[in-house]
Amino acid sequence: MEHRYRVIHCLNQFFGGMGGEEKAYQPPQLFEGARGPGMLLENLFPNIQVAATLVVGDNYLADKTERALREILALLTPWYAAESADKPKFLLAGPAFNAGRYGIACGAICQMVQKEFSIPAVTAMYPQNPAVIEYKKNVFIVRAGKDVMDMEEALRNMAVLGIKQLNGEELDPDRDHYIPHGQRKNYFAEKTGASRAIDMLLRKLAGKQIHTECTMPLFDRVEPAPPVRDMASARLALVTSGGIVPRGNPDRIEAASASRFGTYSLNGLSRFSSETHQTAHGGYDPTFANDDPNRILPLDVVRELEAEGAFGSLHDSYYATVGNGTSVANADRYGFEIAKLLLADGVQAVILTST
Amino acid sequence: MSKQIERAGIPVVHACSIVPISKTVGANRIIPTIAIPHPFGDPNKSPKEEKEVRKALVKKALKALATPIDKQSVF
Repeated sequence: MEHRYRVIHCLNQFFGGMGGEEKAYQPPQLFEGARGPGMLLENLFPNIQVAATLVVGDNYLADKTERALREILALLTPWYAAESADKPKFLLAGPAFNAGRYGIACGAICQMVQKEFSIPAVTAMYPQNPAVIEYKKNVFIVRAGKDVMDMEEALRNMAVLGIKQLNGEELDPDRDHYIPHGQRKNYFAEKTGASRAIDMLLRKLAGKQIHTECTMPLFDRVEPAPPVRDMASARLALVTSGGIVPRGNPDRIEAASASRFGTYSLNGLSRFSSETHQTAHGGYDPTFANDDPNRILPLDVVRELEAEGAFGSLHDSYYATVGNGTSVANADRYGFEIAKLLLADGVQAVILTST
Repeated sequence: MSKQIERAGIPVVHACSIVPISKTVGANRIIPTIAIPHPFGDPNKSPKEEKEVRKALVKKALKALATPIDKQSVF
């Protein structure tokens, strides 16, 4: 008998055939057999059988995520924890295309299911779906189009990726159409990095297509803030990723991959000195910074300019972290937290120094 | 960090030595500084000269903060 793969498929209220936005607060419900896209899946793969379909409303999951996930876990446990030989072996969620709430639901369910039951779970999303940033590290997210036009292709890639995982096959983000987890993998290459780089350069010079081995992350953009209108009365703050901390590094900010920033008083300080401050940064030669920390964060001249009236006043604290392999996500969080503190004190301008 | 602070409506000038990184990440007001391990200093200069260079850089930073821009700008 041909091997059959049994799967549970997760859908939102819309694809699950329950309704539109009016059913968006639909609590999770489990139905036997395939619904909507699950039927297409069974048509595409005669050896896949949808044992059950879980349907949950978009808002219900986005608003009450923890509760919804608990309820979903309770619904799925009898299936995945069953003793039966033909219990479902993996989970597919979506495709969610570019739907944000649906994407969050698919990502959260996949992440929970693979952790709780140690089974493969696969979803599919448009790469700019906001849920991608949140879940791509831990969840297999197949690259899908923006909308249902891409349903068949996305379902195919999801199913193939799930079955490959079940069979313990080697996976590759390009070949298997999923968004890279951002992890580096060691392997033995036939040529050294130097000769591969030369090959790539020659291809580029010849106008041929090249594929980098090291994709740079994409960064988002922010509109420039309006300028300071009256600098003579403006409140200024100092921030640094150069690791300038009070001597002894009281917050133990890490020399690399910093997990925090520090808030340090400037009260009564006219300058930094090697007696009072040091660098905690592990990504540059600390000699010059430790000799004179003003070389990284120029407090001495900032105080002089304050006295001269070049700007209004200096915020009472400065903020410091170490920008050395620090994740964009962490840096975002520090910036967000620092901004709140600055706004609370009416700060109107910031000098941020980096090494 | 620059972007998150700027997102809150406060203009930020990013003073750094590796301008391409600042540009890639998306800082809006950028001033290039002296060197990676001493962006606001130059140990080869006398302490007096070094401080003058530092002060000039901070003045430049304040000027950048008071300058209207509609796109990423290196001052």
